Amino acid sequence: MTVARTTDQLGALREEANQTKPRGLWSDAWRRLRRNKAALAGAAYIGLMALVAIFAPLLAPHDPNFIPADAIANSPPFWQRDPNAFPQYDPRFKLGTDTLARDILSRLIYGARISLIVGFIPVAIELLIGATLGVASGWLGGRWDNLLMRLVDVVYAFPSFLFFIILVSALGSTGFGRLLSGLVLLFVAFAITGWTGMARLVRGQVLSLRHKEFIEAARSVGVPTSRIVLRHILPNSLAPIIVSVTFGIPAYILAEAALSYLGIGIQPPTASWGNMVNEFKGLIDLNPWFVLMPAALIAFIMLAFTFLGDGLRDALDPQMGK
Amino acid sequence: MARFVINRILWAIPVFWLVATVTFVLMQATPGTPWDAFNAASGGRLDPSLRASWERQYGLDRPLIVQYFSYLGNALRFNFGESYAQQGTPVTELIERGFPYSARIGVYALIMAVLIGIPLGVVAALRQNTIVDYLSLFFATVGATIPSFVLGFFLLAFFGVTLNLVPVLWTDWRNYVLPVAVLGIGTCAFIARLTRASVLEIVRQDYVRTARAKGLPSRTVNMRHVLRNGLIPVVTILGPALAGLITGTIIIENVFGVPGMGYLYIQSVVQRDYPTIMGTTLFYTLFIVLGNLLVDLTYGFLDPRIKAS
Repeated sequence: MTVARTTDQLGALREEANQTKPRGLWSDAWRRLRRNKAALAGAAYIGLMALVAIFAPLLAPHDPNFIPADAIANSPPFWQRDPNAFPQYDPRFKLGTDTLARDILSRLIYGARISLIVGFIPVAIELLIGATLGVASGWLGGRWDNLLMRLVDVVYAFPSFLFFIILVSALGSTGFGRLLSGLVLLFVAFAITGWTGMARLVRGQVLSLRHKEFIEAARSVGVPTSRIVLRHILPNSLAPIIVSVTFGIPAYILAEAALSYLGIGIQPPTASWGNMVNEFKGLIDLNPWFVLMPAALIAFIMLAFTFLGDGLRDALDPQMGK
Repeated sequence: MARFVINRILWAIPVFWLVATVTFVLMQATPGTPWDAFNAASGGRLDPSLRASWERQYGLDRPLIVQYFSYLGNALRFNFGESYAQQGTPVTELIERGFPYSARIGVYALIMAVLIGIPLGVVAALRQNTIVDYLSLFFATVGATIPSFVLGFFLLAFFGVTLNLVPVLWTDWRNYVLPVAVLGIGTCAFIARLTRASVLEIVRQDYVRTARAKGLPSRTVNMRHVLRNGLIPVVTILGPALAGLITGTIIIENVFGVPGMGYLYIQSVVQRDYPTIMGTTLFYTLFIVLGNLLVDLTYGFLDPRIKAS
């Protein structure tokens, strides 16, 4: 009986301890993030765009690449309903039609897919390569570390935007370059140069953590290296990694938009906000609204990620932003 | 110090070599030949003997390895061969023609960024957590985030189309206003942020408190003690910032139709004008590497601890 009661009491005590336990890094960060209105607005906008991207086929009123036989090209958006103007507003196409008479609204909706995919996939690749090499470099040390870090130095110094331009323009017309309208080639281009920053960051974290007492303790009781890395080193480096990822995403979105704007990124007929800016730039004298629509969407998504990134940085590490 | 400088300069060599080699390999990997455009223009009936004579003229009939080394050797002497698209014109001449426009836009943009960014950052820091501070921080975030070409189209739509203030053709100084403003605003925002952070750090230093404690007027403290030290980090980024601005013109020039190097670069990419692509890429790399070198050297100069590592 007494034994049973003690375990009961112990359980209650443990429960109590769980409830009153000091706020951890994550709940603390979440509390700080919630107070940051700009970061929340950014996150909400990104969520909205993610929904638009996922449900694009349901949301888009038309097929983005379909050229209707009876539509006129360059019909204006709904706020320019001048009955005497030519081309005239067509109520079927709320935001107007492009030079090939395709529905601009549907193309903008599908463009959200490109922007988000091109933000997330390269960052995931970068994380995988960068974290692996960073851990290897920091943990092994010595000759391997030296070799890897020299490689990082050279790749890091390589002017990445020039590299994107050359790689994408050289391979853009090959079969590989045409995979998924050029998306795959962009992923590869971004991955080749992008992993260096992450590798440096993770290596630095490993170096600063590996001689901490709790790591030494884990090692002394015989925890295997792989487990130490996965259970101790990486979770403890998560905060700076998250911040770096949040700033990495808009950088890739910008690179895609810029390359597509130059006419060498996402290949037509697939719509991306960048290649729509390129398509509409010649029409700026006819109707400036055309070019401003995709341009504004690029600006908004960039701002949303930056506000969220700033908020996460301040929330996860109040020292870092200062 | 001398060892550090030499070390850093030597470090630029592998970077150059890598850029040159990657560019060469990628240009070779490109399907099609440089004469495809001429071939298409002649309805696919380009005279084979003409093609052969062009290949001889540009040395394309030699083995790849020979082409590679002669390309490297010529690049060292700043000779990039003749343009395919504008036959008979050396690439160096094309660069010489375009570069002044890009350099002018880059330099003006830097001047603008410094003249606006530094006062903005200083004022924000000295009035920390006031409305002035929040506004300038907001401007700095937005200015640094919105892509230059997006901003460019907004300004072009407003000033060029709605107000009709910008000459359509590249004629006079009025054409420089928008590209310089668009290009400079990102750097301006960056400088403002950096200045603010660095001044905030200096304001909390003991020697600043001492200066105030001994009764110096706050103007003197701010000018002599805070600004002098607070601006050091800003000065160190000016070199790389200029390099970044000059390469940043690649996109801007395409928005505003500037006949500069960025325009030439994209033109050559579209036309597959390999010698011009390789020449301009290496020329741009020179700027980026010089910029990085400059920042390493100034840091090493200001902070002796960096040299040691």
